Amino acid sequence: MTTIIILCYLGLVLCIGVLSNRFFRGTGEDYFVASRSIGPFLLLMSLFGTNMTAFAILGASGEAYHTGIGVFALMPSGAALIIPTIFFFIGTRVWALGKRHNLLTQVQYFRRRWDSDGLGLLLFVVMIALLIPYLLIGVMGGGITLAQVTKGQIPQWAGGMLVCLVVLAYVSFGGMRGTAWANAFQTLVFMILGGVTFFVIVDKLGGLDNALAQVAAAHPELLIKGDNISPIKLLTYTCIPLSVGMFPHLFTHWLTAKSARTFRWPLMFYPLCIAIVWIPSVLLGIFGSIDFPGLRGAAANSVLVKMIDLHAPGALAGLLAAGVFAAIMSSLDSQVLSISNMFTQDVVRHYRKGDELSEKAQVLWGRLFVIAIFAVTYVLSLVSARSIFTLAVWSFTGFAALFPVVVAALFWKRSTKYGAFASVLTVAALWCYFFFQGWKIPGYTVGMTGVMPVVVILAASVVAMIVCSLLTKPPAKVTVDKFF
Amino acid sequence: MNTTVRRLLYLGILVLYLLHNDLWLWDDPRIVLGLPIGLLYHIGFCLAATGLMILLVNYAWPSELDAEDEEQAA
Repeated sequence: MTTIIILCYLGLVLCIGVLSNRFFRGTGEDYFVASRSIGPFLLLMSLFGTNMTAFAILGASGEAYHTGIGVFALMPSGAALIIPTIFFFIGTRVWALGKRHNLLTQVQYFRRRWDSDGLGLLLFVVMIALLIPYLLIGVMGGGITLAQVTKGQIPQWAGGMLVCLVVLAYVSFGGMRGTAWANAFQTLVFMILGGVTFFVIVDKLGGLDNALAQVAAAHPELLIKGDNISPIKLLTYTCIPLSVGMFPHLFTHWLTAKSARTFRWPLMFYPLCIAIVWIPSVLLGIFGSIDFPGLRGAAANSVLVKMIDLHAPGALAGLLAAGVFAAIMSSLDSQVLSISNMFTQDVVRHYRKGDELSEKAQVLWGRLFVIAIFAVTYVLSLVSARSIFTLAVWSFTGFAALFPVVVAALFWKRSTKYGAFASVLTVAALWCYFFFQGWKIPGYTVGMTGVMPVVVILAASVVAMIVCSLLTKPPAKVTVDKFF
Repeated sequence: MNTTVRRLLYLGILVLYLLHNDLWLWDDPRIVLGLPIGLLYHIGFCLAATGLMILLVNYAWPSELDAEDEEQAA
């Protein structure tokens, strides 16, 4: 029964994506940014759905299982302030520049802003490398969920493949419009089903008061921040949501907005949406310690699915698992489409000799890249055994540390391409250093002081941008005038 | 007036950012309104962020972007 419900859900999402194809205008701009026609509700749902991954649903509950309520303070609460602030100061301006200069990708913007092909290429390579672990989260999360819900009847490799195939189909058919529609539907599904999951499981545990009392008796440390999180970690973790300013998939979604005013809904309601999704995830992760004590490391990522299976088997389990799938797929689609967009625009179209790439050819290349990216991600997901939370944090760290690049591009006329080069190279070098220092250590911080590596990399990136820009010749006035 | 309000709202972002660090509730195990107080505080923080965003949208909106959009449309 559970498997049938999940398959029906996947079929429904597929239909939405395919239906959107009827509105397809056959151009590259329509395929990659929906002809800049997305309204406020769809923009809110697609921005939020894209940003809420398996990380928010499975990773958050898994992390809350180990570290308790502090997870809510650490991630969603800070993000509820920082992410809309980035939409306000950066997203709206990016949208305006995108419309004025007919931009389709982030790399196009930086390349033109600093008039440098080399910088565009460097950013392209760095951003693709950082997005890969983020993509893995979705595919791995899908596989884990399906294997758990079907009690291993559908193994993890098959679940991951199923997720890839469904998303591949609707992204290929529908492009950005299909992605936005499917995102909106799936975001509503996981918000509603997340709430239903919470109330059903809490009811089975004897109510919220009783569940909290059981946790207080067995694991009181989960109901405070205590020693699980240090104050310096809470402070420095607020740098992680800065990654939103540099995510290629969010940049692309900003470009889809119909007007600047379209951003008003995402700005106002994003914090509420975050709370609605994360409160059940974190609390259910904590309550998982009652029914499933002793899970270690990445094994805790499946605690939510285990609880669904224990407390709500059958048809309800299928619906609830569909909610988890919704969260996973609503991110995977945008990420894959944005990478495909980057390959098509920033590599094939930009470096092509001879005639301009036709609109039809852009769409064809886009679809071919979507297939190739899914194939590579799927193979990587089979050999990766990292915790979903850890994978996400390393990916976010890299993007957050690149934040000074977009800030300088938008607000600092005196910034130069050398400053941008120095900033990106500094991020790449330090990210590699910290990753190899800490990737095997759960909860790694710099010298185990509680300071997140992102703070050090971000600070170095800012210094590199400022010093190298001031030491080099100011950019040409004609270039600056185009963007200010 | 507009500039003052805008600056005050930008200051509000900074104040809210500082209030995110609830050191005074770090080891407080109380249950308030049915939730651990450390969690309840951050749920309230999300609501405060929503309120601040509503104010920013209504009183500090970059109207030059709307003007540019209308110019392009014309």
